[in-house]
Amino acid sequence: MAMDIAINGDNAVALAWKQIDPDVCAAYPITPQTIIVEKFAEYVANGEVTTEFVCVESEHSALTLCTSSESAGARTFTATASQGLAYMWEMLPITAAMRTPLIMAVANRAVSGPININNDHGDAMSARDCGWLMLFAENVQQAYDISIMAPRIAEHHDIQLPCMVNLDGFILTHAIERMTMVDTADVKKFVGDFKPLYPLLDVKHPVSHGNMDGPDFYYPHKCQSAMAMQKAIDVCEEVFADFAKLTGREYHLLDEYRCDDADFVAVILGSSMGTMKATVDILRENGIKAGCLMPRVFRPWPEAAIAKALAGKKAVAVFDKHLSIGAYGPMFPEIVAACSELDKLPKMYNVIYGLGGADATVAGFKKMMEEVAAGGASKITYLGVKM
Amino acid sequence: MTSLSLKDLTKMPVRLASGHRLCAGCAESIIAKQILMGTEDHVIVSGSTGCFEVSTTIFPYTSWNTPYIHTAFGNGAATCAGVETAYAALKRKGKISDTIKFVNFAGDGATYDIGLQALSGAMERGHKMMYVCLNNEAYMNTGIQRSSATGMGASTTTSWAGSMASGKKEFPKDLTAIMVAHNIPYVAQVSPHNWRDTVTKASKGFAADGPSFINAVSPCPRGWRFASEDTISMARLAVETCIWPLYEVVDGQYNLTAESARIADGKAEKKPVLEWIKAQGRFKHLLQDRWEPVVESIQDEVDKRWDKLIRLSKF
Repeated sequence: MAMDIAINGDNAVALAWKQIDPDVCAAYPITPQTIIVEKFAEYVANGEVTTEFVCVESEHSALTLCTSSESAGARTFTATASQGLAYMWEMLPITAAMRTPLIMAVANRAVSGPININNDHGDAMSARDCGWLMLFAENVQQAYDISIMAPRIAEHHDIQLPCMVNLDGFILTHAIERMTMVDTADVKKFVGDFKPLYPLLDVKHPVSHGNMDGPDFYYPHKCQSAMAMQKAIDVCEEVFADFAKLTGREYHLLDEYRCDDADFVAVILGSSMGTMKATVDILRENGIKAGCLMPRVFRPWPEAAIAKALAGKKAVAVFDKHLSIGAYGPMFPEIVAACSELDKLPKMYNVIYGLGGADATVAGFKKMMEEVAAGGASKITYLGVKM
Repeated sequence: MTSLSLKDLTKMPVRLASGHRLCAGCAESIIAKQILMGTEDHVIVSGSTGCFEVSTTIFPYTSWNTPYIHTAFGNGAATCAGVETAYAALKRKGKISDTIKFVNFAGDGATYDIGLQALSGAMERGHKMMYVCLNNEAYMNTGIQRSSATGMGASTTTSWAGSMASGKKEFPKDLTAIMVAHNIPYVAQVSPHNWRDTVTKASKGFAADGPSFINAVSPCPRGWRFASEDTISMARLAVETCIWPLYEVVDGQYNLTAESARIADGKAEKKPVLEWIKAQGRFKHLLQDRWEPVVESIQDEVDKRWDKLIRLSKF
């Protein structure tokens, strides 16, 4: 029975995992993800899941073990954040290239240095070129819902790519929100059985995984991954539609808020979307036709949907919680590229904000969007920074 | 296992096909075939990045007639452990019925150096898997750079013998002892010249109720500078000079085996390390008078380690 509960983001992810009951889970603790593995270990200890739970000695081994476990034919989950994701980096493109559809929750946190445990998107954004599906949550409900939908997308036989489920560290991982659970039987039915392709454990049909490619094969293999990623646009929409039928909760490639008639649109990712929605309401009351938009799906990049949503806008402000030092925030050039074929390119601004947990407030967003609306913003603004 | 016969071994399934791209005279495929003869069960093989991996898995081909997986360099133990974990999960759930063994092959760089953490973790967690180090005593795949398994005095491309240097300055790390310190059920050193000893130890390792570790000396004609037809005699010499003693540690108990047991028993000669040094181009500079103290210190260290091994062993 669908039931409303109060739960934090990490426990919501762990709850989704419990309901799915994966075959294998290997993880290494790191703040602010730790609650996920602690809670899941508790489920294991109490026999509430049938999962083989492995406490590895590092994140590098966590992702390695999960990759080979998934290749062997077991549905496998893990979770990490920040330095843990950085330590996994060597394995990230390997996991994707081996087409292992494992699921990883990422409790987004700033990457050292300086060492900082608070939220920004530096970890996920630094991993964006690795070939993983990347979905982002705005709130606890979404972190839970996406955790349930992710295996359906990743494991789809046309896709076969690993998936990161991103939720903002502390802001979502540690904050208790009201959330509606999906009935466990419905979760199991929705996710379905894992049907691996070419599993290692099928010893009667031996295959080699992780072979060495020369240029004749490396390049085409990368392109095959890119084609699978493109197909994931359709698969995401299918899975979102099925989930809406089950729960009534609608998901789309983009979460658009008051964009239809907006002149000025803020593009933003993660929990700050909620802050931006509140900002948009105030701006509207003040006569500024603002809207906001969040790419629910960051990889694959939903370029067509973005171009459609931003067509005819006067200005677009792209809010990035990460900075490619020496260039822009990571979303900005991609938003510009998505709009490049529009008849008239909106005025484009990049806003860097919230690095290392710096405050992201309605007041700050409002002032920024007022400057955008007035045409007075710089091409790149470091919002709220005190030097 | 005394009943092991070559005739029976020829009837074993060929898990590693011929036609791989290893160098002529490479010991690695010889060792791997001997290890894989240690079980009649299905085997899933994993490999750390290195000579053996790149030479057997060049897409679109594979030399493996048994399931094989490679992910990266420093994580062979975790790669193998992941497959073993999946097996444990699916076996428990009744989704698979086959009995399967798991083995990772890795070079000394992937074992002694970059992969030591993952190896230690997998051994500590008790995965039922075997880890085999194909120890050719340097980073041969990248062109003969020193590793912590490289013998003192060896000239490598990062520890050159030169007018001011006698090659590698340090003695090799005793990785086998580090594995023993993990208190795993089975640890052994093997050499490909003694197939009976190697296959016997492999079968014990596969049968162990927990992790097992086998360290195999793997003579490398290119890196050690000897003729490719001398691989097996070079492996034998490693054992006869006590550079590479053959022994096993079963539940903590050391046992010298084969030629090493006979040397300890006084039934076979312990050859001087100078014979080992003279046989390989990587040591040829040590024959200059000025490096005589280096040769002496190598002999002293070999003696010291050998004496310790005898004290630890029953034979």
